[in-house]
Amino acid sequence: MNRQEQRMLMGNEALGRGLFENGCSLVASYPGTPASEVLASVVAFSREAESPLHIEWSINEKVAFEVALAHSYTGKRAAVAMKQVGLNVAADPFMRSAYLGVKGGFVLISADDPGPHSSQTEQDSRLFAHFAKVPVFDPSSPREAKEMVKKAFELSERYEIPVMIRPTTRVCHARQNVTCKQPKLLERRAHFEKDPSRWAATPQFIYDLHKLLNEKMDKIAAEKALSPVPFVSLPSRNKRCVIASGVAFAHTYELFEELRLFDRVDLFQVLLPHPLNRPFIDMIHANYKQALVIEETYPVIELQLGNGKIHGRKSGFVPRQGELMPDLIHESLERFLGRTSRPQRTAGVSPGKRPSLCAGCPHRPAFFAIKKTFPKGIFPSDIGCYTLGMNLGAVDTCHCMGACISQGAGFYHSYAQDGGPIPPIVVTIGDSTFFHAGIPGLINCVVQESRFIIVILDNSTTAMTGHQPSPHLGIKADGSPTAAVSIPGIVAASGVRFLRECDPYDVPAFSALLQEADAHCRSEEGGMAVIISKRSCPVDKRAVRPERLYAMSVSDACDGCRLCMKQFECPALEWVEVPGKKRGRAAIDKALCIECGVCKHVCPKGAIVVAEEKAI
Amino acid sequence: MKQQLIVSGTGGQGILFLTRFFAEAAMMMRLEVLTSEIHGMAMRGGTVVSHVKVGPFKSPLVREGQADVGLILSKQNVPLHRSLVKPDGLIFVNSDVAGDYFSIDASKLAIDAGAPAMTNLVLLGFAMKQHGLFCEADVAREVLTRLSPRAHLEFNLKGFDIGYTST
Repeated sequence: MNRQEQRMLMGNEALGRGLFENGCSLVASYPGTPASEVLASVVAFSREAESPLHIEWSINEKVAFEVALAHSYTGKRAAVAMKQVGLNVAADPFMRSAYLGVKGGFVLISADDPGPHSSQTEQDSRLFAHFAKVPVFDPSSPREAKEMVKKAFELSERYEIPVMIRPTTRVCHARQNVTCKQPKLLERRAHFEKDPSRWAATPQFIYDLHKLLNEKMDKIAAEKALSPVPFVSLPSRNKRCVIASGVAFAHTYELFEELRLFDRVDLFQVLLPHPLNRPFIDMIHANYKQALVIEETYPVIELQLGNGKIHGRKSGFVPRQGELMPDLIHESLERFLGRTSRPQRTAGVSPGKRPSLCAGCPHRPAFFAIKKTFPKGIFPSDIGCYTLGMNLGAVDTCHCMGACISQGAGFYHSYAQDGGPIPPIVVTIGDSTFFHAGIPGLINCVVQESRFIIVILDNSTTAMTGHQPSPHLGIKADGSPTAAVSIPGIVAASGVRFLRECDPYDVPAFSALLQEADAHCRSEEGGMAVIISKRSCPVDKRAVRPERLYAMSVSDACDGCRLCMKQFECPALEWVEVPGKKRGRAAIDKALCIECGVCKHVCPKGAIVVAEEKAI
Repeated sequence: MKQQLIVSGTGGQGILFLTRFFAEAAMMMRLEVLTSEIHGMAMRGGTVVSHVKVGPFKSPLVREGQADVGLILSKQNVPLHRSLVKPDGLIFVNSDVAGDYFSIDASKLAIDAGAPAMTNLVLLGFAMKQHGLFCEADVAREVLTRLSPRAHLEFNLKGFDIGYTST
């Protein structure tokens, strides 16, 4: 049973492996970078499992959290994984779960994105844990992340409290050789013990539960096993120390080695940034004249240490935003030690290519048609690949999951109440985002008598995060079949009377449908209009392939106006120089073109033509 | 044993395969290993650089001027990533023109041998011949045998040998 082997695991896989090895029997998640691979890896590991494990891509993070929470109520171990802004969606159940507590171990993985590489904020989930009064672990490597899952489950069960693990992008997406063990078989039977004063706690019970929570946190803050790890040559006569956590600790440790600082400055690694170990706080104040805190992204440890001799992000000694890259930590260390830092060489900046929708992406013709049909329209949009519709001038706003529909309503009421002309408002939202948070907004629109167009860009997957299935596909996280939920059914049930489906590859038909929808919105008996733009993501392995392919070419009618490059921006359209001519011309890059044939609708001169049509 | 490497190139050139190769080689030699991939924002054809740290390291990132070895698969990435390598470090570049580094026209050698996809392995074999890497050819062949899909195995080993025997 103690067979061990080394495997090369990504941080998220290490977390997934940790859940699998420690007897977790339910994992729920909603995809989001940098957290998406946690659940997928549990699916992969579960094939080695002997005991049943329920794994789900939930409809959103709040639902995922609540499903896992109830599983813990039956005494079994549960986990939920999401990205930091996903925790905003799950904030409601999260805050209360701290008060009511849990039964079986409950681990929340909230992955932060300092930098930010792929997020709308740099918010620090550790501060959210502070707000909720929940303990949080801060791993510095994939290996440590896996070890922390074990510690988190044990802590959670010892105090009947949810425990957060907060990795950051550099931990989630780093890979390391990690020791893997056989999974622990807990063999727990579900047993829900009724206790309405706790599980259905009304306000009269909350005061006592709050008191209990505070006592739990005090005890956790006093636990010796959770106090920061010292790297101190004893007896230390240093009056300065550096306190670090997460991957910033890993960078700092290596700088200590490189700059030979270990004999001159004490270093501490914080494993549990909240609640910060109480005896540690007292020891820092008693033993050190100055301390430098290196942490990402908010000053969570620094805030708990308090007082003026602590330097960090709150004091402004360390930059208050952004990722703490090793070179930046180097600079802060040198300054803390009163040395002038060496001038940094700056790495070459990539000339880069602006991110663009893939060749053959069905969102591109949908955006092209929207922009072309309503040149003066307002276009709220949302989170997903289709945010890149910005390049095509067809995305004006992008706020947070599902916000586009409510924002469309806000724009509508604003113009409608003035009595003047109402510009066409066309909202775009992906299929997964629609299920995640679009439905309540849609119902609200119908009830509040808003009138605008919603285009549901249904590419039959959650493309941006790696093609996780959404609920209308009838596929579960492990690929097995399940019931499919109909998007048109939901739209119709919400009370929308104008509902059509269209293939966005057929640009003229799509454009005509947009006109029809706009007329419906403005008619006397009108209301909301919903168009489902339906065509599979061509990058998805499960995609439904087009029935016909079109080998395209550019004829001599091309006069080099660049309209196709600017307004369609397909990566398979390349610009070539023409010898002896001032202007170049468009050409088709055969290596990238997937022969969808859509670009034939784009050139006003009709220069992009079908060279060969092939039925499949 | 401690060695820091970077592998730089364009999406689709096999950067991630080489990264995995180094990780597996380290594990076979019972060495600690940490890797980190940094993708450019462009989807296809964008810049990719991966960091590999073999030995008792904690941080997954290679700092400026700290890498012992750089493998650069597209010559246009030389100005972007050479500064990650130590001034006295080894840089191997897939290039048809010579520079102040080790260069080999790996693309041409791979195309001539009938498999352009093995460019990365030609460069790997070439680098290994200089004995600057933490692992040697026998380990490399074993790891390639283990990692390569059956259909590519013969070509991958051939690519490696072309690089290893070129001068």
